[in-house]
Amino acid sequence: MSAITTPFPQTPATWKLPYRGKVGMACLIIAESAIFTIFVVAYLYYAGKSLTGPTPREALETPIFFTVCLLSSSLTMHLASTLLARGKSGAFLALWFLTIVLGALFMYGTAREWHRLIYQHGLTISTNLFGTTYYSLVGLHATHVTLGLLMLTIVLLFGLAGRVGREQSARIDVLSMYWHFVDAVWIVVFTVVYVLGR
Amino acid sequence: MSSDAMAIHQGADVGSRPWVETLHGWVTTVDHKRLGILYILYALLFLAVAGSEAMIIRIQLMYPHNSFVSPQVFNRIFTMHGTTMVFFVGIPVLFGLANYLVPLMIGARDMAFPRLNAFSFWLTALGGFLLYFSFLGGSGLYGAGNAPDVGWWAYAPLTSRAFSPGHSSDYWTISLLVAGFGSIGTAVNIIATILCMRCPGMKLSRMPLLVWLNLVVSGMVLIAITPLSAAQIMLCVDRYLGGHFFDTQAGGSATLWMHFFWIFGHPEVYILILPAFAVLSEVIPVFSRKPMFGYPVMVGATIAIGFISMSVWAHHMFSIGMSSYGNAFFVLTTMTIAVPTGIKIFNWLGTMWGGRIIFKTPMLFCIGFLFNFLIAGLTGIMLGSAAFNWQLTGSYFVVAHFHYTLSGSFLFGIFAAFYYWYPKITGRMLFERLGKLHFWLFFIGFHLCFDLMHIPGLLGMARRIYTYEPGRGWDTLNLLVSIGAFIQGIATLIFVANLIISYFKGAKAGNDPWDAWTLEWSVSSPPPAYNFAVTPTVASRRPLWDLKHPEDPDSRYE
Amino acid sequence: MVIARATGILVLLAGILFASGLCNASPRSDNPVPNIFDPRSTPAESIRDHSYFVLAIAGLIFLVVVTLLVYAVVKFRDSPLTSGREPAQVYGSTQIELAWTIIPILIVFALFLATARVIHAIEDARKPATAVEVTAIGHQFWWEYRYPALGVVTANELHVPVSDPAHPTPTFLKLLSADTDHSFWVPQLAGKTDLIPNRINRTWIDPHQTGVYVGQCAQYCGTQHAKMLLRVSVDSPEEFAAWVQAQKQPANHDDKASAGRRVFETTACINCHAVGGTNGTGRFGPDLTHLMSRDTIAAGAALNTHENLRLWIENPDAIKPGSLMPAMKLSDTDLDALVRYLETLR
Repeated sequence: MSAITTPFPQTPATWKLPYRGKVGMACLIIAESAIFTIFVVAYLYYAGKSLTGPTPREALETPIFFTVCLLSSSLTMHLASTLLARGKSGAFLALWFLTIVLGALFMYGTAREWHRLIYQHGLTISTNLFGTTYYSLVGLHATHVTLGLLMLTIVLLFGLAGRVGREQSARIDVLSMYWHFVDAVWIVVFTVVYVLGR
Repeated sequence: MSSDAMAIHQGADVGSRPWVETLHGWVTTVDHKRLGILYILYALLFLAVAGSEAMIIRIQLMYPHNSFVSPQVFNRIFTMHGTTMVFFVGIPVLFGLANYLVPLMIGARDMAFPRLNAFSFWLTALGGFLLYFSFLGGSGLYGAGNAPDVGWWAYAPLTSRAFSPGHSSDYWTISLLVAGFGSIGTAVNIIATILCMRCPGMKLSRMPLLVWLNLVVSGMVLIAITPLSAAQIMLCVDRYLGGHFFDTQAGGSATLWMHFFWIFGHPEVYILILPAFAVLSEVIPVFSRKPMFGYPVMVGATIAIGFISMSVWAHHMFSIGMSSYGNAFFVLTTMTIAVPTGIKIFNWLGTMWGGRIIFKTPMLFCIGFLFNFLIAGLTGIMLGSAAFNWQLTGSYFVVAHFHYTLSGSFLFGIFAAFYYWYPKITGRMLFERLGKLHFWLFFIGFHLCFDLMHIPGLLGMARRIYTYEPGRGWDTLNLLVSIGAFIQGIATLIFVANLIISYFKGAKAGNDPWDAWTLEWSVSSPPPAYNFAVTPTVASRRPLWDLKHPEDPDSRYE
Repeated sequence: MVIARATGILVLLAGILFASGLCNASPRSDNPVPNIFDPRSTPAESIRDHSYFVLAIAGLIFLVVVTLLVYAVVKFRDSPLTSGREPAQVYGSTQIELAWTIIPILIVFALFLATARVIHAIEDARKPATAVEVTAIGHQFWWEYRYPALGVVTANELHVPVSDPAHPTPTFLKLLSADTDHSFWVPQLAGKTDLIPNRINRTWIDPHQTGVYVGQCAQYCGTQHAKMLLRVSVDSPEEFAAWVQAQKQPANHDDKASAGRRVFETTACINCHAVGGTNGTGRFGPDLTHLMSRDTIAAGAALNTHENLRLWIENPDAIKPGSLMPAMKLSDTDLDALVRYLETLR
């Protein structure tokens, strides 16, 4: 028996289930949040416990500008995906490109800060507990930004080739969920490292 | 897809296809049924390996001051035994069952992300082979560049470069990191499948309990495996980049690793046992000829277990010197989780009560599970009582307890699953006589081994020791425990023999050999590649009951 | 006459067995079986009493559920009479669900309160002024004991005074670790508490009965975790005072053993071991100043006999493979002299 119907089929008028792309990405975000939570816990647990070396107060400079860049990229991303849903591929592409630029600026800022910490303050991942937890947490986030930028660039290339239109809108939304997540994590990391941890 | 379909149809001209093509089909498959089988075969392989490691352990411990293996080898063997059983037997078999059954039970054609499914399986497979490559890989001081010998919890600072030179700990870390990502991928897949691909009419409240349990398990995997991944990344930072996460010389904390590990480790054991609960919730109703007693309560209890299990982790750490308030808190949460777990046992009893119990092998294993899991839960209560725990932890009492939950409950559930769904997967029945022999031999061996094992623990025998002093009252007990282990080994061999022989000689199963009620029994055995020619519509929790009893369908009562 | 003969032979045999110093023979202990249900000290007794309560509840639950299970399996089994008819399809019962939810919750509550009380009694016990203070430091794979107030440093065999409930003299231990995690577990005296690096843990015992109690390290700490044994000698007040007095003495100086002492002081021994009054101040290995006051060596892995001492220095892997004692590669003359010297360290 390959076709099965019950004697009293009560097929709902509309049987609408969530889009699996969004559910999948939501699950991934939950999992990633757990990983970041553990790194944040380690950071907070070890705050003030380093036996030697530069302290956060001495070494850290609050990266306001680059934070604004990253958070703005969420805004441009949101605008881009809204425009794409309305079929405006050209405007989408422009804003998408802007998102990438803002994200790349943030990465540049991180690189600059790390350069300063290593060469001016002598803070590396093996210097003390602060160094270990700082580079791990910020580095984990930066890795996620990098992966995100990679995916955004791939979409950009597809877009330049004219292959991203209204039909891909749902998938772009899934990707934008990831990007917003990365930004939200930065808010947490920023608060923990530059506000609480000092 | 054509090669998949060809291989599945009975009587297809399979012999003429080159074996390379068949192999290629299996290696590149994205079909959830094939991936499910791959997971299960993988788990069986590692069950044999880890089981052999258990035999080595028990031979060494038969007599005090035995020298069957050196201490170094023994320490690697018990580490590999635990690690393999948890990560490369337990997790693959539960994901294998989920993979195979969930789409069929919800009336779907495949999982939500078939390619992610395949990717996750191969990641897990890679992890297993990486872990065992450690036996061959590398050299080091004291042979430490060999298989890991740090225990399956890999406590810091034993895993630091100072105390674990060579690469053995790295094989532990990286193989589990890789396998962990595979597990997360499958969990994502299962959740997306269940939430997004149910057939019309299958509201969440009409899903089979196996599907519910896998939904909760997958949610737990997302937030339980990841802390371990995080801790392992930290360990890599310590070992390779000179980090100090767990470096006590630099002010780091050994107990931080413990917290992170057990925040993973405790939910992990519930991740392992919940699928066994799932099997019971499918098999017991069918072999009692009654619906599951208290379906909504079972769902609620499962969700409760999922949540509470995240709050009990430090009951593995009662001896580390937490404050009395910390200890008391974890006593409370640990005792609390006994409530939903007990509710489940009672509901299974309630299902059997007033039924018409058929003692086929799947049901025998379920009844054995109930008996064993009851005892396991009670010794768990003893261990959850922190003061009593101070005597029991770190001893063979706790080893007996967790083998009760794993060998005596998890494995019993898996055996029940095999006997119940093997006909669906292969189209053949397993031999019932061999099945009963397997059950009774395993049951006797299990109880000889693990009942007695509690006693040396009560008499002061610590765990993870390659030998022990004579005259402490442990000698005869260890010998008998070892004999029980060997009996279980023989029973397992009988089981494997049954699997193989029945594949060729077993009776043809037909669609529905057990007269069951969920959707997987409405398709052929084995199912066609596409599962359902027409997506079914359901109106109750037991769609096939409604079909078979149109005068008294479940939909009238739900 | 025959009895005397027989006894004599038995004594001889026992003596031979004991003196043979086989690695396989266990050192003498009046309490050879470390049974948690045979406690001799308050923490262990509290745990034992509490465990009876827990076991009783568990036993009761077991009886009830197993009875129901067996009854169900027997009463509701398929038989030719019932075959072919489906039984009544019962979906659930709210009252029953409530019953078997509420009763377990009450049991949980009772267990929690009972446990919390015992936890508090043991963990938060106040240290009286008469307590003996010991700092125990766990090493791979031996135990270091320091009595800061008494000025005693020793290893592997802990001596404590018996504690009279009328005038208690408990022993409070501060637990530290020099390397990895360990756990101090002498079942008849107390529950186990871990020794964790970079962390200070505390435990206490107040043994009511003299004797020797055994245990072992209960947290996997590496290759020779299995032979990191514990041996606690509970002495009468006089014996304890005498022991302390003897331990505080400087190392016994015997001119006849000067050759061996020279070997000790001029080889790598002093890198790890300390002997008072010599230039050996190493702390990586056990303090040997009063080595011969101990029944065992290598943290209980072997009896403290001439053969074992010699073997331990010559080839430690024969006794405890994977321990951190290196084979010293001494000539036979040097080795014999060294052992003769060590045997003067009473």
